[in-house]
Amino acid sequence: MRAWHFSETAYPYLPPSEEYESIRVSLPNRIYDPRKGAALYDRYIDEWQIAEEEGVEIMLNEHHQTATCVDPAAPLLLAALARVTKKARLLILGNPIANRRQPVRVAEEMAMVDMLSHGRLEAGFVRGVPYEISAGNSNPVRMNERFAEALDLIVKVWTSHDGPFSHEGRFFHHRQINIWPRPYQQPHPPVWVSTTTPAGAQRVGAKGFVQATFLTGYDGTRRVYDSYRQGWREAGRGEDVPIDRLAYAALVYVGDNEADARVGAEKILWYIRANKVPPHFAFPPGYAPPAAFAKIMRGDVGDQHRNFSAQATVEGTINAGLMMAGTPDQVYAQIRKMYDHVGGFGHLLIMGQAGHLEHDETVRSIRNFARHVYPRLKAEMPDATVSGFASAAAAE
Amino acid sequence: MSDASGMARETITLAGIEIELHEGGSGPPLLFLHGASGFTSDPPYVRLLAQRRRVIAPSHPGFGASGLPLWLDTIDDIAHLYLELMDRRGLARVDVVGTSLGGWLAAEIATKVPERIGKLVLVGPVGVKLGPPDKLDIPDVFAMAQDKVMRLIYHDVDKGKVDFSKMTDAQLTVFARNRETTALLTWEPWMHNPKLRHRLHRIASPTLFIRGASDGLVSADYVDGYARLIPNARVTTIAEAGHAPQVEQPEEFARALFAFLDGGAQAGGTR
Repeated sequence: MRAWHFSETAYPYLPPSEEYESIRVSLPNRIYDPRKGAALYDRYIDEWQIAEEEGVEIMLNEHHQTATCVDPAAPLLLAALARVTKKARLLILGNPIANRRQPVRVAEEMAMVDMLSHGRLEAGFVRGVPYEISAGNSNPVRMNERFAEALDLIVKVWTSHDGPFSHEGRFFHHRQINIWPRPYQQPHPPVWVSTTTPAGAQRVGAKGFVQATFLTGYDGTRRVYDSYRQGWREAGRGEDVPIDRLAYAALVYVGDNEADARVGAEKILWYIRANKVPPHFAFPPGYAPPAAFAKIMRGDVGDQHRNFSAQATVEGTINAGLMMAGTPDQVYAQIRKMYDHVGGFGHLLIMGQAGHLEHDETVRSIRNFARHVYPRLKAEMPDATVSGFASAAAAE
Repeated sequence: MSDASGMARETITLAGIEIELHEGGSGPPLLFLHGASGFTSDPPYVRLLAQRRRVIAPSHPGFGASGLPLWLDTIDDIAHLYLELMDRRGLARVDVVGTSLGGWLAAEIATKVPERIGKLVLVGPVGVKLGPPDKLDIPDVFAMAQDKVMRLIYHDVDKGKVDFSKMTDAQLTVFARNRETTALLTWEPWMHNPKLRHRLHRIASPTLFIRGASDGLVSADYVDGYARLIPNARVTTIAEAGHAPQVEQPEEFARALFAFLDGGAQAGGTR
């Protein structure tokens, strides 16, 4: 088991939510104080460095036009981290390549970060959440198709070394492709893809990339992993899917004691409760298939949207498997429960800072996790463990 | 098999795409090109048109029951498709009516084969960019609440009310797919083809723009500017109607339409 400290570098100093329509896309940036924002970047980078000192890996992601994640150019932050860290793996999860116009440019950015970090890059790719559509002026229709073409092209760009080649695809065109530098890692940095749907996970499994899923809870995560394993096996990758192909992202706070944990858990719950987004940004046309939209119009918005509620509670969020919070023993037990329910996973993506969780609280949780939870996970859940369910495997 | 409005439905294949084609009525042929909400034969205006014309109304690719291949993503693509439809239906010369998105499509077709268009009617059409770069000509309906969109579209919002709970799964899926295809076709550049305005001078047919007086999507200035780019065009306004005057004022719409179609060769109505 590997653990990753993940921060969305949020800007939490907002007016009461009644005073704005949406925390994403349309929230005026006059609310953003550049001096406070610069101090926050310093602080969040410090926290990643502390995570590294504690033996935890580093993860960041990219969103646009939102106070929830002020990292609209994640490769830039990743480049800074490459120079201020020495040993941690650097996971970007990820590059929103359905919204990027030039896959070759993305391949170049990733190759540079891999060089600057001397081969510590873990290159993640995401389709992007619905709220990214308007911010990116990206056509919401055929995102999966653009994503697939871009990812195939990026891997080819990284692994082609004999002078220019050309690409004339459905969505992207480039005649003289020959990037400098090429990646440090050979044949290319590990590829991760995040998906929250079974159909997507099956495609990722077929490719054998690392599959990450965010805040999908007990049953949602199990469905995603089952589909990944199915895709993996159907592509002829063998019967056994190691757990290091599967990652789960949850809100995590490890307190010194129950009282401390309670305070921390309430604060990171901000991520779930503050996601005020109106339907026109949450459900852009074409993002989900028409049949899924038919359900949404009837009022069935699906688990993902239901879980993100201003009324969410710590207990409800823990029970749903979106949060692991408590003392070290309690957090271990919650991770173990999720692990057993979904058939195992090899990466815990720790959303360890959100909202108004202060620096000292964030650091306390990182250290409590690293010193009192992580060693047990590493000992009991080695990377080569086969994922899935023993009974199901025996039945096949 | 035809329904109460006299319209029948069949499937024809154009460029390998299965297209749902509504056809019915009697009289000279009229090619009717629907807007973003697709075509059904239920609204009263369809019956009014079919009383005097043989109405030919394809569901555009990705709308209704029509297919949508991966290569297709512009209104211009559909215009080319319908040149083939005109050939297949033997329409050497035909009057064309297009509403909203369909108005854009009709204008594209008319620039390609001006000699084959009898008269052209554009109802609240989009398709060109006339204003400055820092102001959308057409409001961004995908970035605003649905009730606000409805107020822009309708003069009387109650006329546009859709009760999703009374729709079948199949109807809801078509509704969602129509919306998806609209996004595909209009997303960027927003609601227009930058090339179209430089081709509009080719249109040779008398052209009538019809605009609902309360249309919040397509402004009076926009329609006036659009009409000035076409040699023989004029604008008429229908009161107490929004973006879909054929829906909100079907009688008045039909009256204005046939006064133009059955009148003289000039857009002004008299030679």
